Amino acid sequence: MSERETMEYDVVTVGAGPAGLAFAIRLKQLKQDVRVCVIEKASTIGAHILSGAVIEPQPLDALLPGWRDHPPPICVPAAEDEFWWLTRTGGFRLPTPPQMKNHGNFIVSLGALCAWLAPQAEALGVEIYPGFAAADLLYDDQGAVCGVRIGDMGVAKNGSHKPGYTQGIDIKAPLTVLAEGARGHLTKRLVAKYRLDAESDPQTYSIGIKELWQVPAGRVKPGKIVHSVGWPADSRTYGGSFLYHLDKDRVALGYVSGLDYTDPLYQPYEAFQQWKHHPHVKPLLEGGEILSAGARAIVTGGWQSLPKVEMPGALLIGDGAGLLNVPKIKGTHQAIRSAMLAAEHIAEKSTAAGWDARLRASPAMEELRRVRNIKPGFKKGVYFGMLNAAWETITDGFSPWTWRNKADYGTLEKLGRYEQPKRDYVERTLPPRDRLAGVYFAATQHDEDQPIHLRVADTQVCVTRCAEEYGNPCTRFCPAGVYEMVEDEAGKRLQINAANCVHCKTCDIKDPYEVITWVTPEGGSGPNYQNL
Amino acid sequence: MKILVGYKRVVDYNVRITVKPDGSGVATEGVKLSANPFDDIALEEALRLREKGVATEVVVVGIGPADLQAHLRNGLAMGANRAIHVVAPDAVQPLTAARVFLKLVEKEQPQLVIVGKQAIDDDCNQTGQMLAALWNRPQATFASKVEVADGKARVTREVDAGLETLEVDLPAVITTDLRLNEPRFIKLPDIMKAKSKPIETVEFASLGVEPGDHLRITRYAPPPKRQKGVMVKDVAELVAALKAKGLL
Repeated sequence: MSERETMEYDVVTVGAGPAGLAFAIRLKQLKQDVRVCVIEKASTIGAHILSGAVIEPQPLDALLPGWRDHPPPICVPAAEDEFWWLTRTGGFRLPTPPQMKNHGNFIVSLGALCAWLAPQAEALGVEIYPGFAAADLLYDDQGAVCGVRIGDMGVAKNGSHKPGYTQGIDIKAPLTVLAEGARGHLTKRLVAKYRLDAESDPQTYSIGIKELWQVPAGRVKPGKIVHSVGWPADSRTYGGSFLYHLDKDRVALGYVSGLDYTDPLYQPYEAFQQWKHHPHVKPLLEGGEILSAGARAIVTGGWQSLPKVEMPGALLIGDGAGLLNVPKIKGTHQAIRSAMLAAEHIAEKSTAAGWDARLRASPAMEELRRVRNIKPGFKKGVYFGMLNAAWETITDGFSPWTWRNKADYGTLEKLGRYEQPKRDYVERTLPPRDRLAGVYFAATQHDEDQPIHLRVADTQVCVTRCAEEYGNPCTRFCPAGVYEMVEDEAGKRLQINAANCVHCKTCDIKDPYEVITWVTPEGGSGPNYQNL
Repeated sequence: MKILVGYKRVVDYNVRITVKPDGSGVATEGVKLSANPFDDIALEEALRLREKGVATEVVVVGIGPADLQAHLRNGLAMGANRAIHVVAPDAVQPLTAARVFLKLVEKEQPQLVIVGKQAIDDDCNQTGQMLAALWNRPQATFASKVEVADGKARVTREVDAGLETLEVDLPAVITTDLRLNEPRFIKLPDIMKAKSKPIETVEFASLGVEPGDHLRITRYAPPPKRQKGVMVKDVAELVAALKAKGLL
């Protein structure tokens, strides 16, 4: 085999989300002669990004003064805020918590925002390569990160090389910036290798499932923002909805379930579909059509779960580090803020060393510290969680204690050893009928003849212990129906429909035996989200 | 020998097409655009002919607005030697495209023009044929195999009854079918190299082409939705239901 091709840069950034792009833009603004490239696994910028999304514009103002004169294609100023407690048939309006007041903010599509940021980065000389997956990390002789390896293209399912086989190249750089978003697969390896979480709590996550609807004219009030808690979640499960009114008769809606849920029979996708049938929501959607849909894990561990964000040759930024603010349900402003700060650090020091201390002393971390106890409070149920949230908000995080976080894979109860919550579900009529019908709206695409990118270390445990103890929760938490237990002549076995995967990473997080590892498929594979 | 390749940009084949609510067109805001898959096959075939030593130069041609340049860069990254960008406010209809190609053919004097048999947006399947007629040269359409030697092209085409092999004198027009080849993956360093390859811009107006966009599109509509099915208890009920609908 020929020698692997290599390209060299001063900085290689993994992930063209708001963090990766803002980092590259800021670095180029400060140091024109730095060679920086951004690698993105989606076939086009924004196709794998999914967020609500209401964003705070201040970091964008700092990054690109004047952006308001040529805003991204979907950018609706926030108008009224509503916050509801839902019951199955009704509900009541709660006072909107201060963190959730959105005056001055904007409803955007984060995908469209990134697609709008990318050419601005390119105009500054940043090289952006969508359609290439950073499959592996490169280390130098001293064990420091020195770049990434791009995944091969044209490998068959059995590992052999197909006629079009193209070896991935190595991208070498003195500094690698991981901006992969929640549960980045390279970040996960780095956290393990350098024990970056040795002094922090385990990271925790939620899963957000979202749809973008085109509804009949006259129903949408552009700028209206509605959040809810309560039904269809039971009191022990952390779950809540968002509903954002966009322009052109479009609404973005979604449902977030904490992945610290305990009931192994819980189905986040079904909870979302149920919520859509609430009498407050259903009349808005009836007769409309889905434009695009998808799902993504959200990082929720906050202040106490933030790992060390630097290591030799590399640093973490954005949601990949874990900077999302849960009570605000916003991470984009934190992503851009941390990215800019990291770029300033690199422009001054040219090394990752010192980044951790700098981030921890920054306003981004102070913001997380103040709200650190809010999400963990919901582990004791939604009623305690709400009271605790009110206390923490009133006291502005001055409680002398800090609630600890626990890893999500370990929170499931065993079948038959707990009281299953009563699910007060209704009969569904709105599309999609099921997860497979939903995946159609994600337009996800993977060449079927490639190695399965969801690596299950031990499939025996699926038919033995897991079936017995948890009833194979992977078949329920995956929002795309990737995991199926099938029975044929050979007996019961796990079937992985990897081509359906929407790259949300939930399985990598929630599988109770930690046997599932998400790795990158061929570059350019995956969902093709439109304006999510 | 020089090969001219038509390289049209369309809504990506993975994208779920939606019609704008007012029926004025297909929604393209925030939608991924990429090369017409048949044109990717056309370019791949041209590159393979160059690698075999049959051709010496491959030129990709695109017609469209200013932002088409990024798309043509992909063609250059795949391996084309250079690109010609005919700047027009929008995509053009087949007759106009064929007339544009004729002008470029007269200037470039290629021995072979390879285009996709159709574009996956309008499915017209006309440009190659129209160009051959205007140019007064042979055409070999729906190619599934191409061999070039001694000033001739032997082209295998898939027809209903099996395979048909044609021999055409060059210069000629070939349109590509799906099974002709599998386009290569673009390599990252080639994207870098493509940045320094030349893209010649030609204003549509400067070509002196008479626009041939004679088709006027009045309305777009999505296909009718499938009606919800009915569960029947037994055959008798099924028969009764079919009779009631006048189907039996």
